[in-house]
Amino acid sequence: MKKHFYLPILLFLQTTVIIAQQVKPDANNAGLKLPAGFGALKVADNLGSARHIAITPQGDIFVKLGDLKDGKGIYWLHDSNKDGKADKMLGFGDYGGTGMYLKGNYLYASSNTEVVRYKLANDYSVDTTGEKIITGLLDRGEHESKSIVLDKDDNIYVNVGAYSNSCQEQDRQEGSMGKKPCPILDSAGGIWQFKADKENQTYGDAIHYATGLRNVVGLDWNTQTNTLFVMQHGRDQLADNFPTYFNVKQSAELPAECMYELHKGSNCGWPYIYYDEFQHKKMLAPEYGGDGKKTGGEDAQNPIVAFPGHMAPDGLLFYTGNMFPEKYKNGAFIAFHGSWNRAPEPQKGYFVAFVPFKDGKPSGDWEIFADGFSGKTTVTSPSQAVHRPCGLAQGPDGSLYVSDDAKGTIYRIIYTAK
Amino acid sequence: MKKLSVVIIIITCAVCAASTQPAQTSKQKGSAIYKKYCLTCHQADGSGVPRMNPPLIKTSYITGDKSKLIKWVLQGSVEKVAIDGQNYSNNMPPQKNLTDQQIADVLTYIRSSFGNKSPAITSTDVKTVRASIN
Repeated sequence: MKKHFYLPILLFLQTTVIIAQQVKPDANNAGLKLPAGFGALKVADNLGSARHIAITPQGDIFVKLGDLKDGKGIYWLHDSNKDGKADKMLGFGDYGGTGMYLKGNYLYASSNTEVVRYKLANDYSVDTTGEKIITGLLDRGEHESKSIVLDKDDNIYVNVGAYSNSCQEQDRQEGSMGKKPCPILDSAGGIWQFKADKENQTYGDAIHYATGLRNVVGLDWNTQTNTLFVMQHGRDQLADNFPTYFNVKQSAELPAECMYELHKGSNCGWPYIYYDEFQHKKMLAPEYGGDGKKTGGEDAQNPIVAFPGHMAPDGLLFYTGNMFPEKYKNGAFIAFHGSWNRAPEPQKGYFVAFVPFKDGKPSGDWEIFADGFSGKTTVTSPSQAVHRPCGLAQGPDGSLYVSDDAKGTIYRIIYTAK
Repeated sequence: MKKLSVVIIIITCAVCAASTQPAQTSKQKGSAIYKKYCLTCHQADGSGVPRMNPPLIKTSYITGDKSKLIKWVLQGSVEKVAIDGQNYSNNMPPQKNLTDQQIADVLTYIRSSFGNKSPAITSTDVKTVRASIN
């Protein structure tokens, strides 16, 4: 039983003369603060926990929801009159999750344990039957989401987050020391590589591509360097767990949220080390004998970029479009979901950042690109934020799309200056 | 007769004061314990962290059965907690190193803050539950 979205209404619309409207920013740029020349509009709203998104070459949007909305976990959004606002919406897939990626004629989606692919027809209508390509991934509560991306050779990369903060004997317990070696790393805290076209693969069929990554949500394949880039969520609670060595302010600022460029066999050092962006050093974790001064991780690679702590990078996208000015070409956009672990200090993040790249390396400091998602001047606790950036995708015309998993808004950022 | 009722009023007031005074002190002490052991995850306003750390505002976990709540704090949790159809995934470490009085104080604070209006918890309540799970 194959169900296609070949709906009579779409056929009708194709035969009707449509006066294509121009996409215009919303009156207040949808509440976002953007660099000069950019504008933003809300494509869709109130979708709920909109996690990652993917866009077809025709501009249709697929949204993966963390929690089901009306029993569905994936939504297809279509804009019939090309005014930038989604006017058709259909749901399928009865599971929540995070991953959503489109390559060629397949759409890939993840639950917290599996990855499913859906065949797309030539007009990118979707066969909602789905084919399970990966199953049996670990979900033990913490860091349970699975993000996905494909390379040029149709390998699919999946993160499996560690079900722990710092691999302590007792997770998040004051003074509890780290397990040696950390047993979590055999099946989590890393990236696994699978084939995109093989059914029912499990850990045994995969290549354990990278390790020592506590939790990755934002990841992207850089087509310029032909390598995988990931954003790690750094460890929490240095002061709660080791108040002898860290005060509340240090704990709010450390460790850095790191961008890594991965290769087969990469080790980024979790849980044994964390990265201190003030000292520019890999520091021994207090669970493994560290005190905020001792360095460690000689076998672990260095980050490509280090951002302030706890901002929770949930989306990563290398921009290859032609709409934005030259500065943005091949650079990285990062959606920071926003911190919680800085309390009682003010929270940080809740914006989309940008890092310029040249020849596959960062060519300047990171900057805030789009801000104002939270709707607040200062966020002290994350539930105050009205919107929280999560997923990123590039439209066929080079627009940047941002999903929000607090309220379920899909934003589209366009460059309007000539 | 008039004198007698005045005496009764005085005694009643004294009893009132005696019963609210310790709860007040307990709440104040509980506030400091909350800041030290609970605030990072559950936040200053008790609103928690969406999808990760459960809110402490008007949920049955907080305002309901005392023993269940005390047990939760003593034993921690590695289970996903569902409140109003939302799962919360982070682990909670056991707080068994806190004294009976500290746990009573912090729970009294939580049960009478963030819009909650539930009765105080005493150190005897905590002692009883601790004995039952040891």
